[in-house]
Amino acid sequence: MTTAAKTPLVPFDEALTRYEPVMGLEVHVELGTNTKMFCGCATEFGAEPNTQVCPVCLGLPGALPVVNAKAVESAIRIGLALNCEIAEWCRFARKNYFYPDQPKNFQTSQYDEPIAFDGYTDVEVDGEVYRIEIERAHMEEDTGKSLHVGGATGRIHGADHSLLDYNRAGIPLIEIVTRTIEVPGGKAPLVARAYVNQLRDLMVALGVSDARMDQGSLRADVNLSLKPVGSSTLGTRSETKNVNSFRSVERAVRYEVGRHAGILDAGQNVVQETRHFHESDGTTSPGREKSDAEDYRYFPEPDLAPVAPSRAWVDELRGTLPEPPSERRKRLQAEWDFSDLDMRDTIGAGALELVATTVAAGAAPQAARKWWLGELARRSNDTGVDLADLPITPEQVAGIQALIDAGRINDKLARDVFDGVLAGEGSPEEVVAVRGLEVVSDDGALGDAVDRAIEANPDVADKIRDGKLQAAGALIGAVMKEMRGQADAGRVRELILEKLS
Amino acid sequence: MSDLTRINASDLAAQLADGSVTSVEATQAQLDRIAAVDGDLNAFLHVDAAGALKTAADVDARRAAGETLPTLAGVPIAVKDLINTTGQPTTAGSKILEGWVPPYDATVVARLRAAGLPILGKTNLDEFAMGSSNEHSAYGPARNPWDTGRIPGGSSGGSAAAVASFEASLALGTDTGGSIRQPGAMTGIVGVKPTYGGVSRYGVIAMASSLDQVGPMARSVLDAALLHEVIAGHDPRDSTSIDAPVPSVVEAARRGDVAGLRIGIVREFGGEGFQPGVQRRFDEAVAKLAGAGAEIVDVSCPSFEHGIAAYYLVMPSEVSSNLARFDAMRYGLRVSPDGNPSPSAEQVMAATRDAGFGDEVKRRIILGTYALSSGYYDAYYGSAQKVRTLIAQDFSAAFGQVDVLFSPTAPTTAWRLGEKSDDPLAMYLEDVCTIPANLAGVPGISVPIGLADDSGLPVGGQFLAPAQADDRLYNAGAALERLVPAPVLEEVVR
Repeated sequence: MTTAAKTPLVPFDEALTRYEPVMGLEVHVELGTNTKMFCGCATEFGAEPNTQVCPVCLGLPGALPVVNAKAVESAIRIGLALNCEIAEWCRFARKNYFYPDQPKNFQTSQYDEPIAFDGYTDVEVDGEVYRIEIERAHMEEDTGKSLHVGGATGRIHGADHSLLDYNRAGIPLIEIVTRTIEVPGGKAPLVARAYVNQLRDLMVALGVSDARMDQGSLRADVNLSLKPVGSSTLGTRSETKNVNSFRSVERAVRYEVGRHAGILDAGQNVVQETRHFHESDGTTSPGREKSDAEDYRYFPEPDLAPVAPSRAWVDELRGTLPEPPSERRKRLQAEWDFSDLDMRDTIGAGALELVATTVAAGAAPQAARKWWLGELARRSNDTGVDLADLPITPEQVAGIQALIDAGRINDKLARDVFDGVLAGEGSPEEVVAVRGLEVVSDDGALGDAVDRAIEANPDVADKIRDGKLQAAGALIGAVMKEMRGQADAGRVRELILEKLS
Repeated sequence: MSDLTRINASDLAAQLADGSVTSVEATQAQLDRIAAVDGDLNAFLHVDAAGALKTAADVDARRAAGETLPTLAGVPIAVKDLINTTGQPTTAGSKILEGWVPPYDATVVARLRAAGLPILGKTNLDEFAMGSSNEHSAYGPARNPWDTGRIPGGSSGGSAAAVASFEASLALGTDTGGSIRQPGAMTGIVGVKPTYGGVSRYGVIAMASSLDQVGPMARSVLDAALLHEVIAGHDPRDSTSIDAPVPSVVEAARRGDVAGLRIGIVREFGGEGFQPGVQRRFDEAVAKLAGAGAEIVDVSCPSFEHGIAAYYLVMPSEVSSNLARFDAMRYGLRVSPDGNPSPSAEQVMAATRDAGFGDEVKRRIILGTYALSSGYYDAYYGSAQKVRTLIAQDFSAAFGQVDVLFSPTAPTTAWRLGEKSDDPLAMYLEDVCTIPANLAGVPGISVPIGLADDSGLPVGGQFLAPAQADDRLYNAGAALERLVPAPVLEEVVR
């Protein structure tokens, strides 16, 4: 390998004074079909190793593939949602390379005849719309997984031996490839993030995948190169593989810009290679070097008949598409009565669909926004887990808001309920019950506490009797303290005023 | 020799049905025959006496209980060792799969079991079906019962030798470029390559996916048709399987009437390279067909001469990919490289493939890897696919004029073991008449047309028909069989 000496990382903003980033994104979406791409095996995540396998997905001698029609349907719907042309006739192809996690030592994929091609999707960053052009979306099968045992890094180098799990082998994937993306440099990381976020939202809205980056059902590869400002010559690209959160997509772009700039500043050449992204420190490190000599010897898969979706079927599927993202954004903003800034922040936080689902579950739009962009965004930042991957559902957030609306908990207690739900203690109701968080709504108990507060603070009580209602705050505080916060402050105020009127 | 081994499958089926013979008796007779002669023939790589007798006893019990059984129930059969069988090893004639017992049955085997045919064992073949002589088997060549110093043809040489020597009345073979028809011709029996997609390939170890087809081998056209009916028909597990009714092959085999049939003689199949004794038998057969009322038409298929070249690009290309899975990771042989105590997976793969594959297999993997390489793909694989289209067009044009085509099955009779081993190209040329059918996906049958007067060995005549018109083959084949009786082997010639 011709690795150059390590060059210093150039700060992102400084790099942009000399270079413009050119990106390309390849996103793999694992379809949520009940069965695999070419056999009837189950696709459940997290099953015991090698329990969801059969002669076909193990590549046993004599086994033959059969295309999963549901996967083709999903592929077409994804293509349509990305404004792609749908092929009238296309084939699968074999991508030949030897690797132990690949049972047949070829991957059944598509090569020069993808099911969907020439599309686009519009993403929004800070109120600006950027059109991302889609080159193609094609069907393929996933590989198995290697587990390298022994050694320090979990990587193959230094491992004592490797274990193979073929449960994932043959799970249907759609690979969505963009054309090169060139946006004003400073926006590149955010545009990349917004694009992947939007794809995820689209997959969920289509109902074709749960699109969970943390479980690998949506995986992004970030291709990046730099060109000198004003130049039209593309630089050598790196390909950062399997970046597994929206935040990491943004960070990977940012890091690679700085790394490439450092190499180019030093007058060296960027090595064309795949790189691994490290969540812990936001850096990348070299994977395997990818030379142009790599030859996959693609040829049409002779074991599968061509896929020729009828135009009638394609039109029928077109009728099942969800609302396009840009129209959806406009409609939701109007329905929620959000300001442009509210909307921009919500989209920027990757919380649009989370807020929408929370609202659909009964919460007021502003309340939903408040939780997702406040309390939960803070926890997301603290833990480095994407909002959508936090272990709390929009329905649960709506449930917590409903408890507040019913006066059963207050905002302060709600934070404890969030803690409980995020800690896996159950539904909001269960957390309230187990942690004993419900506010005291028993007027008898509250009344006694109010009486004691009045007795202990005769001066304050007198002021209130004299009409200085703002003095009630002190008594409310005293009651809340006695009730350890578990009281509805509004009701306490009412009781105080009743008693002192 | 027991009479039971010499009668045809259809006659045995009739005797089983009327209760004059039991399947256990018939199966035991075949097992005894195998024990007596297979030492000289090496037709079987594995014999499953217990399994076959158990099926036979089961069929006998069901028949005794008054159950109505499929026609061939109780008739023993041999299966080419490229076809997966649970309970018996399937080696593909290769060291790389030595001892491998498949965890699932091929669809054709499942159909044999459902129809009650006892499976005698697994027959020898060229490694992964790559060869025309059976000399490329990793377990030693099968031999021709007409002269054990000669090859039985290939790659289904074991199945052919078994049927010709009365070890079995029926066998399954596979045909990628002639591997059923050519050994059928070399051993004086009937062999059929059905229409591509007519018989499921599920569970049949792939050589070249777009060419492979399983078919029947038997001592009569009717027997072949009866077996064809058992194994053919749509299989949802094979995407290339045809979802249409199976042609009425048994009815056609019973008819056997060529009066008014237009038979095309392919001008390109003859002349230079064709053994005179083969040509003479062929010409006589044509004359007899004409005498029986067939209309003989001279046709030209100019693209056929490029068939071998196209075949030796398409086939190895698919081979190079299909055989990639034999890598020691999940099943089969595993070899560690010498002097390396902790080899990588890639090193184990390489060492295993080096040790496990024979020369012919390696030759084809290398050819195919080259043909598919970036920069060569269009010139090789791409051009070969265009030739396939041209050959298919030649067939279409020919079948616009005639009902079937007729030619010698192979240019020569069986050669001596080792005679062509150093000349792969000469061996490849043996398939000149059979390859076009595979490239175009049309069906073909080889029927014995006597012994060549120059070598004294069996000669085969081949009919070809349009896709999904397999019944035409059986009709023409049955007629020819009546006009030119098959040569009868008295005893294995050692």
